[in-house]
Amino acid sequence: MQLRASPHLHSGRDVPTLMRHVVYALLPVCAFSIWQYGLSSLALIVTVTLSCLAAERISNKMSGTVNTLSDWSATITGVLLALTLPPAFPLWMGAVAGFAAVWLGKSLFGGLGHNPFNPALVGRAFVQAAFPTAITTWAPAFTPQRFVEFIPSSLTLPLMQPNDITTWVSANMVDGFTGATPLARWKFEHFVYPVQDMITGAASASTGETSALLLLVCGLYLIARKFMDWRIPVAVVGSALLLALAFRLFGGDEYPPAHLVLLSGGLMLGALFMATDMATSPVSPRAIWAYGAIIGTVTILIRYFGGLTEGVMYAILFGNALAPLLDKYLQPKVFGARKK
Amino acid sequence: MSSQPLQASNMEQLLEGIWKQNPVFVMALGMCPALAVTVSAFNALGMGLATTFVLICSCTLISMLRRFIPREVRIATYIVIIATFVTLVDYIIQAVSLALYEALGAFIQLIVVNCIILGRAEAHAAKNPPFSAMVNALGMGIGFTIGLFALGSVREILGAGKLFGISLFGDQFQPWVVMVLPPGGFFVLGLWLLFFAWLAKRKEAQHGA
Repeated sequence: MQLRASPHLHSGRDVPTLMRHVVYALLPVCAFSIWQYGLSSLALIVTVTLSCLAAERISNKMSGTVNTLSDWSATITGVLLALTLPPAFPLWMGAVAGFAAVWLGKSLFGGLGHNPFNPALVGRAFVQAAFPTAITTWAPAFTPQRFVEFIPSSLTLPLMQPNDITTWVSANMVDGFTGATPLARWKFEHFVYPVQDMITGAASASTGETSALLLLVCGLYLIARKFMDWRIPVAVVGSALLLALAFRLFGGDEYPPAHLVLLSGGLMLGALFMATDMATSPVSPRAIWAYGAIIGTVTILIRYFGGLTEGVMYAILFGNALAPLLDKYLQPKVFGARKK
Repeated sequence: MSSQPLQASNMEQLLEGIWKQNPVFVMALGMCPALAVTVSAFNALGMGLATTFVLICSCTLISMLRRFIPREVRIATYIVIIATFVTLVDYIIQAVSLALYEALGAFIQLIVVNCIILGRAEAHAAKNPPFSAMVNALGMGIGFTIGLFALGSVREILGAGKLFGISLFGDQFQPWVVMVLPPGGFFVLGLWLLFFAWLAKRKEAQHGA
């Protein structure tokens, strides 16, 4: 007689399958960013991903565990991290971010599944604190020479300050390029960015967050294939939207219009691909709703009242930190259990 | 007394503080100054030397007075002795280097509450003759200074591209701002602790095999 522990029925889906599909879903986003920024974007995505894989391999060797490259998790971390960095980000800083993401964000906690925070965001938070100027230097999209030449700052020598891009910008751009993101332009000038610019990728943004629409389509693919919990993005975006509408309604013109809040910055990328990270989000339905609502609310609070223009990264890290607590206090009632 | 050769046990005691029981890397004591003032190698060294001075003087004195201090008020007595030497160091640093004094700020006065000193006084100086207490304190002081220097030099090299104020990489160096901020202190300390834990583990494995 054979004795087997549950689960007895397995869907056949395992971690590598799931991770691989997330990478598939990100490919169109990568392709779009390469079309926009050309060589620099391609090199950034490749560099960051390779550095994440290298970091993963080295920590495998040092800890003497099995090779975990094939579970695709380091690949996702690398691709996601690259998509949150600005296109003109020096490649060596991208590599630093990749190592910080995998080592500080994942390996030190014991690898995939043990990490309390989303590794890609840990990497980004590290370089944001280390190189605050480089991470807020934006480059224009669709420059004519983008497939033959790099943005000068991409090829900065390791450990050195990013090469100056102002002469390159003025040589390449026909109309004025402000270098500020839609969120920054709202915060400092109360300028409402045209909607089509935020969808077609003409607005300044990080490599992978230029088109909210494309991100939404890619996210819907994962939701349709049931690779991610639809409640998380709905709760994040929904709470942000509700708050934005409420502020606009009661606070008036002092607050940005709701569509600007939804389409700009990292909200879509964060809500669809980062807040949904399975290792760092809660599991029970009520906890998931609370988790999403906290992320959406903190994002809005940072954007409206904080010193930074964008708050999705810190909001998600904050949500990650609360996830185990939410799971503990918002447990679903066990079937048949009675109140004490 | 100084002509007397160091006995093996004394030598061991000296090495104890520097390596086996290093206050920063092994015992994780005195973390407050270790994180707060190690922004540069110079500050770290200054802080380490000041603490070493207080450590040696107060441990020697406490050891000399160990038969006269009533058990019930020993902690208060130790604090008075330590505070005396801290006040001395405070004035000396102010006189020797005002720049260092301003960089270290309140952390000089806070040497009083550094748990390494009280710990040594309680665990060693109160039970051993003055010479042994002095050697032990010297070892701990050197160990603490090495610990602070290890933190301070890494943070200064990455955070400013310099060591002791001398530029290492030229003008174009991109400073890692995070390294001179508090999180950088935690990162570097964590990495050093990791390194020493790894060394200890490796040594254990070698002895076991």
